[in-house]
Amino acid sequence: MKLIFEKSQKGRTGILPGESDIKESFELDSSLMRSEPLDLCELSELDVVRHFTNLSKKNFGVDDNFYSLGSCTMKYNPKVTELIASCGGFANIHPLMPQLRGGGILTQGALGVLYEMDLMLREIAGMDAFTLQPLAGAHGELTGMMIMAAYHKKQGNHKTHVLVPDSAHGTNPASAAIAGYDVKVVPGNEDGVMDLDAFREMVNEETAGVMLTCPNTLGIFNPHIKEICDIIHSVDGLAYYDGANLNAITGRARPGDFGFDIVHFNLHKTFATPHGGGGPGSGPVGVVEKLTKFLPISVVVKRNDGTYAVEYDREDSIGYIAPFYGNFGIILRAYVYILMLGAKGLRRVSENAVVNANYIKSRLEEYYDFPYKGLCKHECVLSASRQAKNGVHAIDIAKALIDRGFHPPTIYFPTTVPEAMMIEPTETESKETIDAFIDAMIDIAKQAETNPESFKAMPKTTPVSRLDETKAAKVLDLACTGCE
Amino acid sequence: MPFIANTKEQVEQMLAQMSMTRDELFSDIPQELCAKSMNLPPARSEMQVRDYLSSLAGKNSTDLTCFLGGGVYDHFIPAAVNAIVSRSEFYTAYTPYQPEVSQGTLQAIYEYQSMMCRLTGMEVANASLYDGGTALYEAMMMALAITRRNKVIIDSSVNPIYRYTLKSYSRNLKIELNETVSTDGLANRSEVYDLLDNDTGAVIVQNPNFFGCIDDLSDLAEAAHEKGALLIVSTYPLSLALLKTPGEIGADIVTGEGQCLGVPLSFGGPYLGFMATKKKYVRKMPGRIVGRTTDSNGKDGFVMTLQAREQHIRRAKATSNICSNEALCALSALVYMSLLGNEGLTQTASMCAQKANYALKRLTAIDGVELHFKQKWFFNEFVLDLPRDASDVVAALVEKGFSAGFPLSRYYDGMENSLLVAVTEKRTKQEIGMLAEALEAVL
Repeated sequence: MKLIFEKSQKGRTGILPGESDIKESFELDSSLMRSEPLDLCELSELDVVRHFTNLSKKNFGVDDNFYSLGSCTMKYNPKVTELIASCGGFANIHPLMPQLRGGGILTQGALGVLYEMDLMLREIAGMDAFTLQPLAGAHGELTGMMIMAAYHKKQGNHKTHVLVPDSAHGTNPASAAIAGYDVKVVPGNEDGVMDLDAFREMVNEETAGVMLTCPNTLGIFNPHIKEICDIIHSVDGLAYYDGANLNAITGRARPGDFGFDIVHFNLHKTFATPHGGGGPGSGPVGVVEKLTKFLPISVVVKRNDGTYAVEYDREDSIGYIAPFYGNFGIILRAYVYILMLGAKGLRRVSENAVVNANYIKSRLEEYYDFPYKGLCKHECVLSASRQAKNGVHAIDIAKALIDRGFHPPTIYFPTTVPEAMMIEPTETESKETIDAFIDAMIDIAKQAETNPESFKAMPKTTPVSRLDETKAAKVLDLACTGCE
Repeated sequence: MPFIANTKEQVEQMLAQMSMTRDELFSDIPQELCAKSMNLPPARSEMQVRDYLSSLAGKNSTDLTCFLGGGVYDHFIPAAVNAIVSRSEFYTAYTPYQPEVSQGTLQAIYEYQSMMCRLTGMEVANASLYDGGTALYEAMMMALAITRRNKVIIDSSVNPIYRYTLKSYSRNLKIELNETVSTDGLANRSEVYDLLDNDTGAVIVQNPNFFGCIDDLSDLAEAAHEKGALLIVSTYPLSLALLKTPGEIGADIVTGEGQCLGVPLSFGGPYLGFMATKKKYVRKMPGRIVGRTTDSNGKDGFVMTLQAREQHIRRAKATSNICSNEALCALSALVYMSLLGNEGLTQTASMCAQKANYALKRLTAIDGVELHFKQKWFFNEFVLDLPRDASDVVAALVEKGFSAGFPLSRYYDGMENSLLVAVTEKRTKQEIGMLAEALEAVL
């Protein structure tokens, strides 16, 4: 499909602001102006609408069909939350309003949402306070690690490194490194969880903390979780809970009760806000009592008269990590979602997410290798190594799934499993949909036996076939800046 | 239960298939770690939740006439922007890991990157960062990685909230953050030159700056480059429809808040951090990048590229920890810029400047109200000196239905009487006149 720039017609106009009601003209000094006139595009509104409507048809979303992308919790995004977030009473508030004297009272609805969301997340997490400011999961991780660093500084602790299991998301070590820590990787054991003995051996007086996803990226719940937290606490280290996989336990178990000191949640995963083709997300961070003073600026508080206010003076705070109050529009959607489910609904979420994942695993076990036996939580990881022997790799199976109308699982992650395919069904998919997916996977497994060569031409049903990524990285055509 | 698909019977069928009971599903979580109870409000239906949320929305006043800016602005958003970004094919997809089923998102990001390059006069742009503040932090880290230095100079005419953000992030790292004090509404040249040396990795400035003043930073670019440092410019992208681009100024990395390009105010987010740079620095740029390539039949297509910079490959050694970005806001910006086109964007920017200039005339006609930085050019925002405390005046004007601007005393010492006023294309002659009358009345 042509680029939008190639559709431009000189002299065609789109949406103009109209004539100014102020007649006096105003010119900036020419020395301050751009030397070349702006060169974006010249199109009608219809040209633009058609261009993007046609582009949208080259995409696959949750509304199209089952989006099995593991670790991303691609559940249905309720329409009602979109409607509420776009209503003027929320979408048109300027974020500096509460900083004006007399302005805070005019944003009580929005501040109320933030205040109540904090309270609800505390309940769900078993933590003592939350900041809603982090703008994505990885931003939450960084915020959490900065809180960890602030705590150790205040304690006078000399801490140099953070422990991270080998199956962790890449954001964990990256966040710890940016917060100023060395990262040490703890190996996993044959049960698919972090090796307790190796961990115990690696913990010393210089260990600032441990970052854990639980259940982990293999979908396995670590039975020693409490012991791990106790060990890290024995050296005054902190336990960090990456809530990427909260959907597995939501409503029934809480990281605070496991012994974690800092958690982050991904509202765009667990609490059903749309993924937007890559974002925006939201990554609130919760902490235990002893860490609340380190939370970032600002905090929404409730005054004695029942009104809400924003508090900025916080002596021990790690400071500003983002300009305002977080991705408010996303927080609002997640808030509405939690209100609609309640405590019982959240329990049903995790139950159905776990039933669906185990059902997939159980029905596929005959056809694919599952490196870790037994119960999984909200996602299951298979290895396509059996198929790879015939030359059909995880990526080939992914492309075959595309031709059968499904979004593929996450592939080649976690890296600890060869030919990994990580499938996360979520609770919003029904048995019929999951059965259809399983049938497709079985069909693909059979085809990998009978006709492995056929996979190389897949996918066949998409606007483009397999793309040359090596060429992309070599020629680096990253922008069209004058291609018409 | 809303949004949960399986019937009770289906759950039982699935459990039977697995020879499991419901209780066994969570038998791996030690009993003592299971939550005893969870104190959440009772579930509400869609009808009930809409009712409740509309009562909360009603507690937010949105009928104030907005002259508040300070980095985010009340600009007009055409209906077609929302119509496009509300297409579920865009908003219910995720990061385009599987390019064959993500060409819509991928081509849009490539076009967005191209638009941002054309607007800023730079060679490459990434797929988006969180917001203007965190984008500036990422730019600082990038410049230090490129130059392998650890000294940074930042002028106080840069958005103060961004400066605070940089301070928080630098606290645990070996970064020497020096702040120069803006003089006369512009970046303080003499202080920057005094500090600039062979250890300096980045000079961070803003144009138009936080005071709204237009600062041609070409001389600073030259000075920074002479010492081997990079010039980082934070900008207000809409202004670049008119103003000398950061590319023309000689900037090495450009960042900013893209909210002005079709993204609603939404009480602070989601917004759009953008970043553009020179091609030679692309391998040090954080965030996703989309490139054009061909498929196995030679047909053009798009993929995420240079992923070896990113956390999911490089882990602790990645250029940044960013994973989720603000893709949907980038799409809004792309659609907004496409709809307005060259003429619409230029006219909108001109109208902002024209109306701001008119507002300045009307407001400074009031006794005792003066422009703070005289003889400086501004785009659509300026600093007024009032005869009394600006916070008090703003509070009085809130009563009269205006968010009249941002009192600078919150972030700048000795500016108790100074008010930062922003005027967008949406403000009418009548509204400006009414603000002038109201201001005169409360002084």
